[in-house]
Amino acid sequence: MATLPARPDSTDVEAGPPPAPKKRRRGGRAARATSGARYPRWYWPAFAAPGIIWLAVLFVIPLYVVIAIAFGTIDPLFRTPVPTWNPVWWDTTALRTLLGHIFGSDAYLAPAFIRTFAYVILASALCLLVAYPVAYFVARYAGRRKVFYLLLLVAPFWISYMMRMLAWVNLLSTDGLLNRALVDARLIGGPVNWLDGRASTVVLGLTYGYVPYMALPLFAALDRIDPNLLEASRDLGASRARTFWRVTLPMSRQAILAGLVITALPMFGDYFTNDLLSGSPGTSMVGNLINDAVSSPGQAITGAVLVVLLMVILLIPMLWYVRATARADGEAGR
Amino acid sequence: MPGPWLRNPWRKPRFLEAFTLLYLAWSLLPVAMAALFSFNAGRSRSSWQGFSLRWYWQDPALSVWHDPELHRALFHSLRLALVTTLVAVPLGVAFAIGVDRWRGRLAKGASFQMLLSFVVPELVLGVALLFGVTSLFRFIPLGIGAQVLGLVTYQLSYPAVIVRARLLSIGPEYEEAAMDLGASPSRALGRVLLPLLWPAVFASAVIVFADVIDDFVIVRYLSSDVATEPMSVKIYAGARAAPTPALNALATIMLVSSLVAVALGVLVYRRLTRGERGSSAISDFASQL
Repeated sequence: MATLPARPDSTDVEAGPPPAPKKRRRGGRAARATSGARYPRWYWPAFAAPGIIWLAVLFVIPLYVVIAIAFGTIDPLFRTPVPTWNPVWWDTTALRTLLGHIFGSDAYLAPAFIRTFAYVILASALCLLVAYPVAYFVARYAGRRKVFYLLLLVAPFWISYMMRMLAWVNLLSTDGLLNRALVDARLIGGPVNWLDGRASTVVLGLTYGYVPYMALPLFAALDRIDPNLLEASRDLGASRARTFWRVTLPMSRQAILAGLVITALPMFGDYFTNDLLSGSPGTSMVGNLINDAVSSPGQAITGAVLVVLLMVILLIPMLWYVRATARADGEAGR
Repeated sequence: MPGPWLRNPWRKPRFLEAFTLLYLAWSLLPVAMAALFSFNAGRSRSSWQGFSLRWYWQDPALSVWHDPELHRALFHSLRLALVTTLVAVPLGVAFAIGVDRWRGRLAKGASFQMLLSFVVPELVLGVALLFGVTSLFRFIPLGIGAQVLGLVTYQLSYPAVIVRARLLSIGPEYEEAAMDLGASPSRALGRVLLPLLWPAVFASAVIVFADVIDDFVIVRYLSSDVATEPMSVKIYAGARAAPTPALNALATIMLVSSLVAVALGVLVYRRLTRGERGSSAISDFASQL
């Protein structure tokens, strides 16, 4: 690490009582962490600086570039976007045109937005319905096999998303195993092309893809619940169902919300699931609109405006998640 | 009327158990099937024609080893994963240590920026990086350089968040004790804090490595030509276009490299945290995702 500050070792190790803390900061944790105050003031910030600068240059500035392109112009000759850096000169034509395509009379983009919300809400709800019982079972009843189950729950994280989708493309194709099994069982007359642009395939694909992201936070939360609380509830006469509704569920509410956000956010930016399992414009989502715009020449402004819109839509859930995580960290350190 | 079995408060949750097993089958069997058919002797990805390693290296033209594109994609993925891990982990660890100890408004802002980069959809970051590289940082060419810069930006939050959590659970006492015994700040950091942080540093390195191997969106946008397309992009491009089991073989190699990294990670993690009270490598690992 190039930026590790080299501090002369001799200055701080003099014998004698440690210097009295000059100023106790407010808050127990802050005071504890800085007690002694033997570090020069720039010492810890210097550690964080490379990461901060990295993110400022390669995360914050590129996001601003997207905004500048969304409100910018296009080079008439090369068809490349020309960002407008100064907000005073921002050109809102592209934004207004696009909003017209969503809400106005010529609303050919509206279905994609409605579809995105419908698919994401449905798939997230399915993720919760599938993941909750699983997480509940592993956290409470798996006993000595908990580690084994956990290993299998975590496994999808290490399997490439593309491979998991490829696996379903194999299974669902016209000569795939699912069609064979169904034809052999005489449930369908002939093979069905499940991959020809069906909403159900895309929603199930999204559910399959993101369910592990729901299962793990739920497991972590359910595993943290003190079994004594549940026993107390049972001892006081509550039935299993009542214990679940009155104790377990309220105690996992935060994790449910976090799980819903952490599965929904990437789904809003997902275009590859759709491309692989449907490929039809009849099921395309906002992610597909963005990817198509970014990939075709001359469409950069449309892509940038769509990204800005997506960020605006997702701002509240993202901020909620960041705040909830920061608060949980604060509690963990107390 | 509920039967005696239903009234037994200690009955086994058979429904939940069955549901869990079904879920695991649903979640893992399709992948297992895809991996199985990479060993198929024929071209089909749905009817078994005997075992062979044809799609790995025996086939002189179409196997992963002999098809130059697939071969290149495999090594490109591994290269990206290695370089990104080597850059992102030190940056993220230093960030976590710095932000944990440095209190103030600016530190809060830095944490906020880091967490935001963690939750932002990869598509947004991918497009932002693409536009950033093509219209502002024009001196950065698309290709492996841009890909590494983008991946580090996206992965930085893993080591930062994981090491931060570990720091919160360690607390400042050990370091303070070291300094009371006469160590300088940098010595206390190097001799006391870092050894305590190793498990978290290591776990985050494994997570970053395995995650980069699987990365798709950022790597695809920042690739310049066929030579800088990794495995995931090959699978995406080939999945719907009459693929051979070589694609399954490629996916299986990805799977195995991720799993080997993680298995090694769990083993080493277990060694590093040996003797710590009540720690199970797997559940620690899981809780750090």
